[in-house]
Amino acid sequence: MINRLLEKISGKWIFIIIVSFFYGILAFANLTSAKMAIIQSFQLMEKILPTFLLISILLFISNLFLDSKKIINYIGKNSGIKGWLLSIITGVLSSGPIYMWYPLLSDLKERGMKDSLITAFLYNRAVKIPLLPMMIYYFGWSFTLVLTFYMIVFSIINGILVSKLTN
Amino acid sequence: MIINDSKKALQKTIKNLFQILPIMLGVIMLISLFISLIPTGFYATIFTGNIFLDPLLGAMIGSISSGNPLVSYMLGGEFLKQGVSLIAVTAFILSWVTVGIIQLPAESLMLGKQYAITRNLISLISSIIVAFLTIATLSLI
Repeated sequence: MINRLLEKISGKWIFIIIVSFFYGILAFANLTSAKMAIIQSFQLMEKILPTFLLISILLFISNLFLDSKKIINYIGKNSGIKGWLLSIITGVLSSGPIYMWYPLLSDLKERGMKDSLITAFLYNRAVKIPLLPMMIYYFGWSFTLVLTFYMIVFSIINGILVSKLTN
Repeated sequence: MIINDSKKALQKTIKNLFQILPIMLGVIMLISLFISLIPTGFYATIFTGNIFLDPLLGAMIGSISSGNPLVSYMLGGEFLKQGVSLIAVTAFILSWVTVGIIQLPAESLMLGKQYAITRNLISLISSIIVAFLTIATLSLI
């Protein structure tokens, strides 16, 4: 019976049901903490709203202008160095939480984006230009420059490794 | 023609957004639950002072943490004041952004389970390697 029910509910709904169940347990154990977590959720939603709108616009633009041929040419199997550069630069420039970018990446992957370039994009999100002054403040100039250099290099290494291990 | 294409693209975008909404909501709720339950002071109590164990611990704590990278810098700065090694702090701030254990269910659902696990595992290992390389390079400069 439960198995049949689970088959009908897709993974995304099972995920939110499990998380809601955690909230239920927490509310039972400590109602104040559960309330705090709910308030935190709403605050987080408010914070990520601009990024959500940006991703929605990008998703619309990619659906409108990018067909599979173009995607394969820019970030697919034929992309070469151009694809790496595009992934690194867009990864560095992207803002907002990492999970907000999954829908767009998932859509692009379905249409031909390479796993290695998705990995490079996600890894380069560690290089946050607006936050660099804060990193310099806490850890110094040389640390920030050296770390940024290695992060970009390792985004390529990780991309190649993930691609080799998953395909 | 353009209006028709735009309409199709809009319909597809709305469909995509509705599909991912429960996953996004789940991740937001999970992150909020985590932030509410784990006090920031908890992190500093984990480090041991061991030069090899601490980077691993730093990377693991960063992996299960979530939030603005700025918080990781601030926590990292505090860890340094408390005597935690720069290698461990570097691994911590790197894995904070590049590894997402809390987001793993969402990443698995959208980009594939095998891909998500492999990417996070490699990012975790590389955060430790990059930490060691960064500090080694700094000592040479």
